[in-house]
Amino acid sequence: MRIPRRTLISGLCATALSLFVGCKKKQPDGSAAGNASGGSEVVIGHYASMTGSTAHFGQDTDRGIRLAFDEANAKGGVLGKKLRVVTLDTRGDSAEAASAVTRLIDVEKVTAVLGEVASSLSLAGGRVAQRRKIPMISPTSTNPKVTEVGDYIFRVCFIDPFQGKVMATFARQNLKFSKVAILKDVKNDYSIGLADAFQKSFTALGGKIVVEQSYSQGDTDFSAQVTAIRGTGAEAIFVPGYYSEVGSIARTADRLGLKVPLLGGDGWDSPDLFKIGGDAINGSYFSDHFAPDLATEQAKQFVAKFTAKYGVAPSGLGALGYEAAEVLVDAIRRAGKDEPSAIRDAIAQTKDFEGVTGKITMDPERNPQKSAVVLKIEGGKAKFETSIAP
Amino acid sequence: MRALIRAATIAGVLLVIYLLQLGFESSLNDYVQRIVLLSGINIILAVGLNLINGTTGQFSIGHAGFMAVGAYGAAYLGAKLAPPLHSLLGPGALANGVIFNIALLMGGLFAGISGLIVGMPSLRLRGDYLAVVTLGFGEIIRILFNNASFLGAATGYFGDDPSGLPAYTNFFWVFAWVTAIVVLIHNLTFSQTGRSLIAIREDEIAAEAMATPTTRLKVTAFAISAATAGIAGGLFAHMQAGVRPEDFRFEKSIDMIVMIIVGGLGSISGAILGGIFLAVSLELMRDLQQYRLVLYALLLIVIMIVRPQGLLGSRELHHFLRRRPKSGTVGGA
Amino acid sequence: MTQFFQQIINGLSLGSIYALIALGYTMVYGILKLINFAHGEVFMVGAYTGLYAAGALGIDAYEASGRAFPLYLALAVLVAAMAAAALLGVLIEFLAYRPVRTAPRLTPLITAIGVSLFLQNAGMLVFSPNPQRYPAILREVRFELFGVIVTNIKLTIFGVALALMFGLHLLVQKTWTGRAMRALSFNIDAAKLMGIDTNRVIRSTFAIGSALAAAGGILFGLDQITINPLMGVLTGLKAFVAAVLGGIGSIPGAVVGGLLIGLAEQLTAGYLSPAYRDAITFVILIAILLLKPEGLLGVVRVEKV
Repeated sequence: MRIPRRTLISGLCATALSLFVGCKKKQPDGSAAGNASGGSEVVIGHYASMTGSTAHFGQDTDRGIRLAFDEANAKGGVLGKKLRVVTLDTRGDSAEAASAVTRLIDVEKVTAVLGEVASSLSLAGGRVAQRRKIPMISPTSTNPKVTEVGDYIFRVCFIDPFQGKVMATFARQNLKFSKVAILKDVKNDYSIGLADAFQKSFTALGGKIVVEQSYSQGDTDFSAQVTAIRGTGAEAIFVPGYYSEVGSIARTADRLGLKVPLLGGDGWDSPDLFKIGGDAINGSYFSDHFAPDLATEQAKQFVAKFTAKYGVAPSGLGALGYEAAEVLVDAIRRAGKDEPSAIRDAIAQTKDFEGVTGKITMDPERNPQKSAVVLKIEGGKAKFETSIAP
Repeated sequence: MRALIRAATIAGVLLVIYLLQLGFESSLNDYVQRIVLLSGINIILAVGLNLINGTTGQFSIGHAGFMAVGAYGAAYLGAKLAPPLHSLLGPGALANGVIFNIALLMGGLFAGISGLIVGMPSLRLRGDYLAVVTLGFGEIIRILFNNASFLGAATGYFGDDPSGLPAYTNFFWVFAWVTAIVVLIHNLTFSQTGRSLIAIREDEIAAEAMATPTTRLKVTAFAISAATAGIAGGLFAHMQAGVRPEDFRFEKSIDMIVMIIVGGLGSISGAILGGIFLAVSLELMRDLQQYRLVLYALLLIVIMIVRPQGLLGSRELHHFLRRRPKSGTVGGA
Repeated sequence: MTQFFQQIINGLSLGSIYALIALGYTMVYGILKLINFAHGEVFMVGAYTGLYAAGALGIDAYEASGRAFPLYLALAVLVAAMAAAALLGVLIEFLAYRPVRTAPRLTPLITAIGVSLFLQNAGMLVFSPNPQRYPAILREVRFELFGVIVTNIKLTIFGVALALMFGLHLLVQKTWTGRAMRALSFNIDAAKLMGIDTNRVIRSTFAIGSALAAAGGILFGLDQITINPLMGVLTGLKAFVAAVLGGIGSIPGAVVGGLLIGLAEQLTAGYLSPAYRDAITFVILIAILLLKPEGLLGVVRVEKV
């Protein structure tokens, strides 16, 4: 086999060339301890899908985070320094997520990272954060595996097993349903996890899942699935998806004459749900982090400030983004220094923090112990129905 | 004697790559390292795709599917092989190297086989229809992975460890494979078989008339191209925490096509440049935030209108370096 | 059994929309041998134009007070969307396709993909990536026949689609432009030699196809409740498959293909699994290209019937 010299040379030249692309200063391997501490700002990274098919989730979360940081800065910042957040786009792609976190650590020199919305992207980015020992707080990833990546990874939302149990308990014990259908989003690991958890809890409580149907995030036509559910005698449909599809599903069910309540999770939480769902969504229930009518003064203020600043009301994602940022700011304050491992320890010690969605205490698995509320939709608004503790 | 020289050359090349790796890891931060590794993976994708789209002139716009097959195959086998091989060879780098390369080869093999399965029926079609069918197959493969619960379905496959897939991919392995594949494809392209492939591209009916087994060659080239995409997929998988079907959407196939078009359809060195270009430019354009993808699409359109032959046309880099009169053979534009 | 008929009705209404879009693909391919990947995005822009036009004409007030949006205003919205889409189609042809018309086949294909990506991402910038509720340009009335639910919107879809297709058929068969279009699809160079202004005919083809897609877009929005900037991607692809299934270059073929794809999709979603609803389209594509590449109604020689 002749190894053609010229191609070999050009190949290696190309390779050597790529080595010197963007030559940067030396970085000690393994830790990013060199980040921050000296500067005049506290730099935090946020990685989210700002473009692509899930762009609205990333953008909502980002708005919440920026609001929190702006407020903190207005009060003088933290540790005498101003907070600055650098948001990088993951385009909904896991390679991009890992690249974004790497860039945040190496180029932007952040001391902590917030993100991502989707659990699979949090897993991708979390691994980088864990390896480089930069603390990460995910605002909304509910898959239990996310915090299992390592001790630098935290979250401020409940995890799927708990939330599934909440709705299952509510359906069985409060609404006394014995036959429920499930309509889950198979393109969305949040939905799959929640559906699984619901199914396990509901059957353990003696209920029966009459049929499991599915759709994909981005679908607009649900007539086939609803038609299939119509004949099964289901008393309710559990739809653990995002608001963007749930509204349409409700309308489709109404249109096809399937007049049973829908049940869901915190993915429903958005003003768009009511805009799209209209009358069809009345009489349905979902679990969430806080109830707008039973809201604490703090939550009400948050909603007002968010709406004033951005012109739109916050969705659950905006609230959780805000909360993650708040928890982080509080942790930095308690840590006393802008240094990754100190911040990590402080986050782990978060106890009874008054967040916008309730009190947050980090458990040993770095998940918060939070209660969930169940909301009923009536007259185009979500109203508090009951509260379920872990 | 020939065998000895050959072995020495290979050892020499591997040594050079190893030395480059030492320099690489000590002088560059993680972020730049990632870009370099992604460039390497892109080079493999581009050079492989170039074989079928450029040299043989058959449009395939669903190659992300083969990358997915290779990625999932390598990830799954890597996870399953790790326990037995570690107990056999100990926990060190040797065992890891063996596991990784077996996994990559198997991933490449699976991808090659899927290439055969897709290629055999599809390559009876011409031009645009072939393109759409390959697109269709790419989507079907992705949908199948999206529904395969033992591979994690939509969440993705993260191996058996909570921290995800083992990070086997490093500079050495990426560029060792880059070298191997570039050499392989180069030799193939400049051989008798390669000439036949180019003949198929230029005028398939004439080639058929000259007793070239066009169908067999097309399918073989397609399968090889799929296999290289699979190896790139396996390398990609082990730089990530896991692999998801969403990572192998149509957009990824488009990325691969942009690489070979920018470099020049039919040129191996062009494909190498195109691969590096894509990895680097996407990062450089990051500051443009949400305008990034719009500008990227615009760039694609402009290239096609203004300079569709890309940087090098179908010539190789060394043709420019030599500056000899074009002899009108294989490398000619 | 009622479930079966319900799926059939749903499939036919979806299929009619695919047919409207497929007509645009088939006409352009018949003449230029180009797969206009951006056609799905023209469909999307048509739908959004309808949304904004309805807003501009005050639909929010009508909805809030419970009155139905007047028919003449609904027609105005339709015309506006069709006109905007026609303009967009012609613009795309002029800026992106004409420069590469004589290039080897891969170039226009990639250009078309580039235009498609551009419009998708521009759409997300301009229209916001969030799905938006489609205004009730036609107020929904549902009625039940033997347990099968049919809405006036579905009937409108059938009606409008049939009317437009019939109109197109008349245009292609009975008018000069139509005859010119048929001539170009037969042999574009001969047509030029016969003194036909090919550029004008091509422009008309794009304009007509785009207008039909826009009508499809509005109907889609009414039926599917929400629209989003990426709605054209998969729908466009399925419509293309429909055109191929029916016989590319054949107008009745596009209609038949569209209906069949719609039915196949609904039945697969209902009886097999919704996860495979998109895959079935591609399976059909592969099958038809392998078994009968000229399509169901196509002849091996591209000819409009």
